[in-house]
Amino acid sequence: MSTAGLEVERPRELRPRTLDDVLSLLGAAVGAFALVWLLYEWILPLHGVLGFVICWYLAFLGCYAVVTGAANPRTVVLDRVIAAAVHAAAAVVGIALLSTVAFIFLRGWRPLLHLNMFADDMAGVRPQDPFNRGGVLHAIVGSLIEVGIAIAITLPLGFGTAVFLTEVGGRLARVVRTVVEAMTALPSIVAGLFIYTLLIVTLHFPRSGFAASLAITVMMLPIAARAADVVLRVVPGGLREAGLALGATHWRTVWHVVLPTARPGLATALILAVARGVGETAPVLLTSGASTYLNGDPLHYTMNSLPLFILSAVRSGEPAYVERGFGAASILVALVLLLFVAARRLARLKGRRS
Amino acid sequence: MLAATDAAPVPTDVSDAPRQLAPSLALTDRLFHNGARVIGLTMLAIVGSIGVFLAIQSVPTLRHYGLRFFTEHEWQPRQDVLGISAVLVGTLCVALVALTVAFPLALGTALFISEYAPARLRGTLVSLVDLMAAVPSIVYGMWGLFLLQPHAAEVAHWLHRNLGFLPFFAVHADPDAPVWDWVQSQYTASAFIAGLAVSMMVIPMACAVMREVFMQAPVGEREAALALGSTKWGMIRTVVLPFGRGGIIGGTMLSLGRALGETIAVVLIISPSFEIKARILEFGTTTVSSLIAGRFGEASDAQLSALLTAGFVLFLITLLVNTLASIVVNRSRSGAATEI
Repeated sequence: MSTAGLEVERPRELRPRTLDDVLSLLGAAVGAFALVWLLYEWILPLHGVLGFVICWYLAFLGCYAVVTGAANPRTVVLDRVIAAAVHAAAAVVGIALLSTVAFIFLRGWRPLLHLNMFADDMAGVRPQDPFNRGGVLHAIVGSLIEVGIAIAITLPLGFGTAVFLTEVGGRLARVVRTVVEAMTALPSIVAGLFIYTLLIVTLHFPRSGFAASLAITVMMLPIAARAADVVLRVVPGGLREAGLALGATHWRTVWHVVLPTARPGLATALILAVARGVGETAPVLLTSGASTYLNGDPLHYTMNSLPLFILSAVRSGEPAYVERGFGAASILVALVLLLFVAARRLARLKGRRS
Repeated sequence: MLAATDAAPVPTDVSDAPRQLAPSLALTDRLFHNGARVIGLTMLAIVGSIGVFLAIQSVPTLRHYGLRFFTEHEWQPRQDVLGISAVLVGTLCVALVALTVAFPLALGTALFISEYAPARLRGTLVSLVDLMAAVPSIVYGMWGLFLLQPHAAEVAHWLHRNLGFLPFFAVHADPDAPVWDWVQSQYTASAFIAGLAVSMMVIPMACAVMREVFMQAPVGEREAALALGSTKWGMIRTVVLPFGRGGIIGGTMLSLGRALGETIAVVLIISPSFEIKARILEFGTTTVSSLIAGRFGEASDAQLSALLTAGFVLFLITLLVNTLASIVVNRSRSGAATEI
């Protein structure tokens, strides 16, 4: 038993990838690139970046299968090729998300350099005017007011319904749950058309921020109620029973045990519903009208909002105005990102506590 | 005998029935239950009235046009010729393109997150997918219109020239015309490009459902497969995919429901054309939601009713798809309740 013997017995290093694997991957990628370059750019009459990448990837899969197949059985070849395909799918989705966000900010950063973009409205500003005139304050304020009213209605009604569904129950609860779940299928444009027909055409209510927020509410209510229902159902039944066994009334158990336990989840559900509501264009398009000036009164006169402003700017075809639209889209995306990070923070809080 | 006489006389008229437990709740609880019931009923009234309202509003249209409403493809209110057959076909085309693109990508991403990604990256990836779902649809519309469309038109051109014999890749235009700008314009504003933009909205939805189910696949069975010498793909094929079948089908159908109702991204990209066609690469198509978005402003009462009917039909279709999806998801092995 010498120390040298022990050194020899050191366990072999286990690596999922050998040098052979890495090299065959790289070789297949480079070889496929060269092949496709030759065929695509010189021999076949093809053009376009997207087509080149697609062809390169397909050729790569073929090369990789052949190279791996030289030294490995079929099962291993299949395993490798599918791993490559799965990684590529994830990469495509990642690139698509990244390119979307990056593209919006790249095209929209220039108007944002002017502070009047955040402090001014578009009253009296022509679409082709330079960026140091006018801004999107009216759209930001409009979005905040509309979503604020929508939250004020959704929060008690949606979460109250969720409490009713999980805590009280009964035959009525089953009916309500079925109807609420069915209504999450309502397309947002139909929600807008419903408010438009009922409120504006039939009841002659003017086009206004309030009508828009009602349309957003109609769209958000089933989503929020259902999400909150899911969150409350995950609260462990043992906690409820402990509360009741200690002699608390049902109401005190719900208020002091169930809701505090579910608070981070409920906050996440609400914030995600708000992110959805703030970015939804279709219901607003039908109900709010589009003002060019700042309007803080939701009950009278038309009101603009970020998605609506973006839509009209992008469709105008006037380059400066389109760029302004991209600037507004950057603000909207930043707003959604902010809400989203807040939701994640809250969700993580829950993870730490449990 | 002695014991029997010593024992206290048992009163025969008092039975040993358990004490009556009157479930009389405290006042606060009664208030709470009834308050919750009122909220539930309010919700039912609001949400249910939408469905009822749509159904009632579509009666005059259906009475006026009858079955022609479903077979006519023109939408010309001035001539009193209205129908949604072309619109429905267009809606279906956009949704199917979106699904064809989204399904493999969502499945691959879900598998990547649950099986291939390093464990410490997993949380970040999950929130990235959720973030993708939170990005407003108009942003995806702009992405599709300004960034994707020029590239996608080239792919469409290639598909038409080389696979044009397939009926859905056919385009009524000359692919070899000398002016490239004109040729390219023939492949823009199509169901294909709108479907690509919609697929971006649909991917996170499908991916989230699939990943959730894949992650619940039992560890014991995974380890058993690996211990028997299977490769990673072998394990996925024999354990994860069969376990997650309900989630795959259900997630795909849920995203189909979303794709059918998507409005703004489609409105931005397509240009309306009321022709029944499955030629997805060709310029112009229309969907129910873009029809509503485009025509509500100029609509008279009768046309509004027709638009509401179209919306109602769309709602019924998405409702059917979503209901089937939830049945499939609930029937699968996963998704048990939490209890301690």
